[in-house]
Amino acid sequence: MFGKLSLDSIPFHEPIIMVTAVAIGIIGALIVGLITYYRKWGYLWTEWVTSIDHKKIGVMYFLVALVMLIRGFADAIMMRTQQAIAAGGAEGYLPPEHYDQIFTAHGVIMIFFVAMPMVIGLMNLVVPLQIGARDVAFPFMNNLSFWLFAVGVILVNMSLVIGEFAKTGWLAYAPLSELKYSPGVGVDYWIWALQISGIGTTLTGINFFVTILKMRTKGMSLFRMPIFTWTALCTNVLIILSFPILTVTIALLTLDRYLGMHFFTNDMGGSQMMYVNLIWAWGHPEVYILILPAFGVFSEVIATFTKKRLFGYKTMVWATVVIAFLSFTVWLHHFFTMGAGADVNSFFGIATMIIAIPTGVKIFNWLFTMYRGRIQFTTPVLWTIGFIITFTLGGMTGVMLAVPGANFVLHNTLFVIAHFHNVIIGGVVFGMMAGFTYWFPKAFGFTLSEKWGKRSFWCWLIGFYVAFMPLYALSFFGAMRRMQSYEQTEWQPLMIVAWFGAVIIACGIACIVIQLVVSIRDREKNRDLTGDPWDGRTLEWSTSSPPPNYNFAYLPDVASIDSYWEMKQQPGGFKRELATKFEDIHMPRNTAEGPILSLFALLFGFALIWHIWWLAGLGAIGMFVTFMFRIFNNDTDYHVSAAEVEKTEREYYQRLEVQA
Amino acid sequence: MQAANRLLQGRKAFLHWGREMRKRNSLKYLSVMTWLTAPLLLSGCGSALMDPTGEIGQGLKSLIITAFGLMLIVVIPVIVMTILFAWKYRGTNLAAKYTPNWEHSNIIEVFVWAIPCVIIFFLAILTWQTSHSYDPHKPIASEEETMTIDAISLDWKWLFIYPDEGIATINELAIPVDTPVHFRVTSGTVMNSFMIPTLGSQIYAMAGMDNDVYLEGNEIGTFRGRSTAYSGEGFSEMLFDTHVTSDADFQAWVDKIKQSPNTMMFPEDYEQIAEPSIAHPVEYFSQVSPDFYGDLIKSYKASHGGSDSHGEHNEARESSMPMSAQAAE
Repeated sequence: MFGKLSLDSIPFHEPIIMVTAVAIGIIGALIVGLITYYRKWGYLWTEWVTSIDHKKIGVMYFLVALVMLIRGFADAIMMRTQQAIAAGGAEGYLPPEHYDQIFTAHGVIMIFFVAMPMVIGLMNLVVPLQIGARDVAFPFMNNLSFWLFAVGVILVNMSLVIGEFAKTGWLAYAPLSELKYSPGVGVDYWIWALQISGIGTTLTGINFFVTILKMRTKGMSLFRMPIFTWTALCTNVLIILSFPILTVTIALLTLDRYLGMHFFTNDMGGSQMMYVNLIWAWGHPEVYILILPAFGVFSEVIATFTKKRLFGYKTMVWATVVIAFLSFTVWLHHFFTMGAGADVNSFFGIATMIIAIPTGVKIFNWLFTMYRGRIQFTTPVLWTIGFIITFTLGGMTGVMLAVPGANFVLHNTLFVIAHFHNVIIGGVVFGMMAGFTYWFPKAFGFTLSEKWGKRSFWCWLIGFYVAFMPLYALSFFGAMRRMQSYEQTEWQPLMIVAWFGAVIIACGIACIVIQLVVSIRDREKNRDLTGDPWDGRTLEWSTSSPPPNYNFAYLPDVASIDSYWEMKQQPGGFKRELATKFEDIHMPRNTAEGPILSLFALLFGFALIWHIWWLAGLGAIGMFVTFMFRIFNNDTDYHVSAAEVEKTEREYYQRLEVQA
Repeated sequence: MQAANRLLQGRKAFLHWGREMRKRNSLKYLSVMTWLTAPLLLSGCGSALMDPTGEIGQGLKSLIITAFGLMLIVVIPVIVMTILFAWKYRGTNLAAKYTPNWEHSNIIEVFVWAIPCVIIFFLAILTWQTSHSYDPHKPIASEEETMTIDAISLDWKWLFIYPDEGIATINELAIPVDTPVHFRVTSGTVMNSFMIPTLGSQIYAMAGMDNDVYLEGNEIGTFRGRSTAYSGEGFSEMLFDTHVTSDADFQAWVDKIKQSPNTMMFPEDYEQIAEPSIAHPVEYFSQVSPDFYGDLIKSYKASHGGSDSHGEHNEARESSMPMSAQAAE
């Protein structure tokens, strides 16, 4: 009846897990209680869960990402604590069984359920506004993407309490992830969490690709697009091209595990090398999927706060395109040590280094944007400057790893760990935090506390260096990644330093939470009615904050890059004025099909993990029926009447006048 | 390249200084340094990669330093410029020049493309050359005859076979000093990576695959080796000692192993030893079946899952775990 699932699947004997589970239970019950007490279920359902508004979907992505950041960080600090203790024969407090799940979960969560939703969340919030569109090309699909992603999040968190998570490392290399070596449900959780959320990501990629190409406002040619939109375009191309590889790779592994096939097994003609190649053919573009939008954020931030045009706009665009293209030509550098010949290794090593050229150019262009500017040291600018320095160092260690000879001794050591945290924290996290602070007022109509934002920045920056510089050092002593314990007591001091660095980062995360709380408390003081708190340059700042659901009462006309800035530079300046004539606005309707279909997807995934076949069938039928229902549902759009638009706009201008 | 060489010389001087410090027994001072300095400055303190004892390791060390130096040519100016520009063009400094519409300069564009291109050009040449000269599959030129050792990763231990001597060990290696060794590397389980950090390159061990790496030890001593690629529960303790010995000591070691009553025949003995175990004690085997390494690889190529042992292995792995962990203690 319940497949492999039984009461024994819950690890009652693990105090850490049980305490966590109880805490989650209490917090969950509290939230449910509060929502019920304040009668907010209806509001949640109509305004958020079923919403197709790209801005709200963006906010939901980012919120989930922040929650998962805390979960992923909890894993990180547990690992650092273990390594700070488990020296010279000491076993620490985490047995391998537990430790191995933690480092796998940490990697999976941070990449798929923190970095990805931050990137996709920002794209959702910003891209349609930047191109002067009223929504994305496929609003229903956008809602569905979010909820499929949420299914992945739920499955990963379920694995904490029900059963176990994979003990394979975040990429689940075969044959370790094959049934023979990982007979438990951990890898199945990995499979279905990534498969379901990955399909959501592919849909997002298609959605935003079409949105950017087809829904730009009048006059916005490709080379007048804001740079963030350009990076989003390249990222979505990468998603469309690379995520199907992930989907297929995981599907083949699924066939191996569920139907006894032999794609990646040791015997019967399976090829583990094929698995490693395929997973990195997706995995390397994936890191550029994450970093390109961060580059976009820095470009916007630096131009806005230096009060200056971005230096070399076209160069920036072409550098982004070149990086996107090259990202598909370097995957083998993740496994030089597999034993390919010198020619192959040289090719991939040199291809990797070539990526450093456009990346270096971008860094110089940011520097020359600062040159002869008037830099305001707001929180987003601090993140940007911290990024330039940190990312440059990370890029350098990346090129060192790209030299196959050097890689033969650095591969699998803590050098690799230090390197990719150097670029992911210094690049993606800093970028997302800059974007978060920069666009928060657009989403909510008030600015975030600068004081706590800056504290968070300093904690993250210092914490990063204290946590990861020791790992670079340790790698030269032969310290490997994924060690549950080690013999050498002389490594311990540096491991303790690294632990301390993680604690500083914890303060940084706490500052983000405090920043949110303080800013929401003081929202009236920090209210921004103009919609343009930073004296911005691009179209998203030309509408109110938060924008009405239709974004723009009338679609803007664009004549240049930084079009909103140029409008403000016109003689006499730019004046917000109420339009004289309003039109009906065509908008998509909210949809319950997205969350319902995803609920069935959750049942389907959970059932397959535990081999509960009838439930899997039910989930599959449910998904199909919901999908059919959607297809035959013709009531998917409506018109906001001109009168209503006028009312909304009039109210906004009245508030503006009151403030003035 | 010259600049890089100069940097290299600077480093050598620093290394020398580091060794002097050590001689003066100022380890305490150095350990304080360890806490404070950037990773590469640490090389004076006897680290595996920066104090290699093998020819390959030494070459790779200078390669790492050269690449590092070459990149500093661009990294240092970037960091300096970042701080300088941020300070000079701060919003409150109204004396600094402000050009809000300046967005393009051909000269700057040429430089920002050319400098990275030139550096990457040199790095690419270095990469091409060293990828070939330090190709792990490339035999090491030497007057001594190259010896062959088979390294087989198992759950979670290393089985070493000396095909010419007809002996085998678990978790212990001995190699004569200054003699090139051809390690043939494969796996009887999941993917692992074979590495002795002070000697140099690592290479993946994969079931059914015949991989190899050439290494040479140039200093007598005992060096730790391990699997570097995560392979499951016992991974952290998948360690072994490598004794780099004089020829005479090596012979004595071989003779000692020949005294062992145990044998390593494929597949009977292999199946037993392949059972998962953690921190397996060192074991010696005085006899080995003639083409053990080849037979193991072939067993994966067979059309029906190799020997039946692979099928049983699965159940064994689940049921025998607690037992073998005990056995290891």
